[in-house]
Amino acid sequence: MTYTVWIVLTAVLVGLSCSLIGVFLILRKMAMMADAISHTVLLGIVVAFLITKEISGPHMLIGAIIAGLVTALLVQWLHQFDIEQHASIGIVFTTLFAIGVILIATSVGNAHLDVQHALMGEITFIPWDTITLPFVGKVPVATAMLSLVLVIVIVSIIAFYKEWKITSFDPALAASLGIPVVFMHYLFMSLVSITTVASFDAVGAIMVVAMLITPAASAYLWTDKLSIMLLLSALFGVTSAIVGYYVAAWLDTSISASMAFATGIFFLISFLGSPKHGLISKYNRIAS
Amino acid sequence: MWSILSSSNFQWVLASTMILGIAAGMIGCLAYWKKQSLMSDALAHAALPGVIIAFLILGEKNLFLLIMGAAVSSLIGAFFIQWIQSATRITEDTAMGMVLSIFFGLGIMLLTIVNRSAGGNQSGLDSFIFGQAASMVKSDVITMLLLAVAVIVIVAIGFKEWKIYLFDPQFAKGLGLPIKGINIVYTLVLVTTIVVGIQAVGVILIAALLIIPSVSARYWTNSFLYMLILSALFGGVSGVLGTFISAVGNGWPTGPFIVIVAASFFILSLIFGKERGILVNRLAIIAHKRQLKSRKSSSSLKRSELI
Repeated sequence: MTYTVWIVLTAVLVGLSCSLIGVFLILRKMAMMADAISHTVLLGIVVAFLITKEISGPHMLIGAIIAGLVTALLVQWLHQFDIEQHASIGIVFTTLFAIGVILIATSVGNAHLDVQHALMGEITFIPWDTITLPFVGKVPVATAMLSLVLVIVIVSIIAFYKEWKITSFDPALAASLGIPVVFMHYLFMSLVSITTVASFDAVGAIMVVAMLITPAASAYLWTDKLSIMLLLSALFGVTSAIVGYYVAAWLDTSISASMAFATGIFFLISFLGSPKHGLISKYNRIAS
Repeated sequence: MWSILSSSNFQWVLASTMILGIAAGMIGCLAYWKKQSLMSDALAHAALPGVIIAFLILGEKNLFLLIMGAAVSSLIGAFFIQWIQSATRITEDTAMGMVLSIFFGLGIMLLTIVNRSAGGNQSGLDSFIFGQAASMVKSDVITMLLLAVAVIVIVAIGFKEWKIYLFDPQFAKGLGLPIKGINIVYTLVLVTTIVVGIQAVGVILIAALLIIPSVSARYWTNSFLYMLILSALFGGVSGVLGTFISAVGNGWPTGPFIVIVAASFFILSLIFGKERGILVNRLAIIAHKRQLKSRKSSSSLKRSELI
């Protein structure tokens, strides 16, 4: 396959896995948690690198899951001491991120890990770094990892569909039905972490927040049904990825940034034009 | 090392991180009581496209005008956050996350274009993302100092009004305070602190300077005045110590070290804090249990006497 096809495919995979996870992020009102995890994952990757001395898929995934869970645990723990949720998120992620940056600057050096790269992502380099898989042949590492993560995400959404639905909308009911709410919470945090780290190479820590939250928020304006919201969000995610790529190619600018911006345009369209919650329909309703 | 510490440029940097820490600590208290801690994070990211657009229009790096651009762009971000959550069922943190990442994406798009063009690489615009306190020159520092001092003065002058506005908005309205006006001043002060701080510690870590000192101060006092003073103290000391530590190593980043120092103060406050610190709480629980036990034993005694 050609260079462009790999990039677009990777972007689409990012769009898909992020937008599916994002639906639950929004319904659980944890959008800023995604921002926090996307930053602390950096620390996870750095520590994994310091321990194993290699940058490879599995190590990074494990490091990221641990970092994500530690973030979620710390935020929860601080919240116990009467610290407001947002303040505890702010404390935890900035501190862990600062530790990550210091570790990179002092011990790892810029040779292998680069903060700028981690934050902005560099999707253009992805096709050069390949591995050989059975049956499929040569595949870029990031694309393979993203496909794996997407499968994990889809399987866990379908397998626990009912549980996700109840825990997201009514945690108290879920607990009374005997659904392990706390376990589901941390399972969800793990899913967010692996999605983030897999998208890291492609879009970077901050733009991944756009891919996670915005398509889902746009879908939230169109429908009240969870299954339709998932489908719409996936559609918005994929379309923004593709549109973003071509806009970036046209303007010759950063692909990941342009993808993030494209999600914003889709949101703007939904914000204005959605039949139920859009501004135009609201205005018409008031006028009539 | 002493040669670095005694250099006049280093002293300028030290002065600016200190005053920045003080200003951020004070404004952080306002944000803390408005329950808008993460707003600072969103607004900091939203400032990026403004910086780049200001640079594109001017074609040169004039810190004051870049800061103005940043402020305009942050204010637009703040307006969007407010608008989205009031017009739809989307919650505040979702709106913040969207504005944060989309504005940042736009900023990076523009930055890539600027860096590609001739001379763009020397613009040093990258430093707005990670902050580069160590490379600030005297004129930058003076701009920062003036803005930070203005912010501190505004908070100090209106202290009584801020207090009423934050703790009892209804009462403030009843007194005839212009709530809308104060809201605007609050947002302006917050945005100024953020955009001034970005130059020194970067868009990602400026939120830490606003959040961490105020939460730490909360563990020591129940008075808003003391909280404000303590938070300013924590912020200022973190700025100074962080700058010192980062000057020790070669090429060590300043922002992250300031954050680490602030976080250490937070952990100390969390454990030893006079008000609801972990240690104090533990001791109170133990004392309470002991009291309960002695009361129980005495009451059971009485009961047995009755029988």
